[in-house]
Amino acid sequence: MLKLIQDTLISQVHTLWLVFKHAFVKADTVQYPEEAPNMAPRWRGRIILSRDPDGEERCVACNLCACACPVDCIALQKAEDEDGRWYPEFFRINFSRCIMCGFCEEACPTNAIQLTPDFEMAEYSRQDMVWEKEDLLINGTGKYHDYNFYRVAGKSISGKDKGEAQNEAEPVNVRSLLP
Amino acid sequence: MNWEVGSGLNLGIILGTVIVVAAMLIWVERRLLSLWQERLGPNRVGPFGLLQVVADMIKIFTKEDWVPPFADRFSFVLAPAIIMVAILLSFAVVPFAPGVGVIDSNIGVLFVLAMASLGAYSVMLAGLSSDNKYALLGSLRAAAQMISYEVFMGVSLLGVVALSGSFNLREIVLAQSDGWYVIPQFIGFVIFFIAGIAESHRLPFDIPEAEQEICAGYHTEYSGMKFGMFFVGEYLGLVLISSLITVLFFGGWLGPGFLPPIIWFVIKAFIFIAFFILLRAAIPRPRYDQLMSYGWLFLLPLSLLNLLVTGAIILST
Repeated sequence: MLKLIQDTLISQVHTLWLVFKHAFVKADTVQYPEEAPNMAPRWRGRIILSRDPDGEERCVACNLCACACPVDCIALQKAEDEDGRWYPEFFRINFSRCIMCGFCEEACPTNAIQLTPDFEMAEYSRQDMVWEKEDLLINGTGKYHDYNFYRVAGKSISGKDKGEAQNEAEPVNVRSLLP
Repeated sequence: MNWEVGSGLNLGIILGTVIVVAAMLIWVERRLLSLWQERLGPNRVGPFGLLQVVADMIKIFTKEDWVPPFADRFSFVLAPAIIMVAILLSFAVVPFAPGVGVIDSNIGVLFVLAMASLGAYSVMLAGLSSDNKYALLGSLRAAAQMISYEVFMGVSLLGVVALSGSFNLREIVLAQSDGWYVIPQFIGFVIFFIAGIAESHRLPFDIPEAEQEICAGYHTEYSGMKFGMFFVGEYLGLVLISSLITVLFFGGWLGPGFLPPIIWFVIKAFIFIAFFILLRAAIPRPRYDQLMSYGWLFLLPLSLLNLLVTGAIILST
């Protein structure tokens, strides 16, 4: 009998009291359009293409992002300039497909493709959700300020031959017998 | 101006007010629920979101009102009308204040109980005529719930009737001028309150609807204004039960003289409406066999005992 009263009455009244006390707690709601939400720096939002500290495109059109993309929303075509640098001739992200998983950012060997805390990308037309390279490319370095792929990589471009990159040894002369 | 019980003006104002209040409860409930869930609730349409009700009404009036081809058309259309009519008729006997009311009936308590039983037909007919498994389960539960709460609902009121010596709600209020019946009839109040939750199909006893288990229960197949009538009917039931608790146990319009009687009535009724919403925010739903065994094995004997003791005390004094 006591247990029945405990279960049916006292515990219920206790629950009611606990819930009632929440009336005096400030609401968690962020009133979004008027009040900006606090976005974490690593939030996976709108995708950008960054530039290296010299102001050149970081993307080397390796296609790894397009391979990693689970929904196949990235399309690009490799091209090569007169210096021997690779760059994407076009780079297209279909944001109506993109699921903001961030796999492209993880796959990118040059930190070119990055996700940003911006999420306000709604459009009235589906066609407007396809972003081209000029829409994606920004004038900054994004999250990685010092990284410059061609300065640390062994790839030779005009003005920097093999062995001239940072922390790179001279190429081994494979035809010499000397140690 | 003819301002007495039963005048046409009185009737029109009560009908209009009750329906508008029931509709506004959609907004009140959402705001209060969000208050207790640390949210803000609807606050965009109009000041404090008050026009949310208007927006909801426009939406529900312009929706397609569809009767499924497999439904039994006559009772399908009849069911939502029954709940509205039964509950609105119950309001006829509720004494809101001196001179405010529709009928001064000598069998007010019985009339309310009878209308509550009629209201249960609406739920059962809706479920049966829909020809839908979930709706049938909902009406099955409604029937099971009805036979378990209506018995002790009636019995719990008999203590009040015995104390006041009248079935007339207006006289019951007047008999409380030297003390509200909630004190001598506290057990009766608690039992009537629990039965009231079940009667108005509010959480935690919204077993016939049980959104999480059986879709929407008896009104699964309803759309448009027929669904709206069930919805407003539920809120009307909420207002009715709160008014009845106020009248039967908390002295109706009686209160200190610095406010007019009708304001006292509204304040008391609103406190109970808010408490019903708090119940919804706090208490989970029992299984319907749990409600039945709780009703038959615990609340019914308790209400009979309450009646017995009340009668003995009245006889001995």
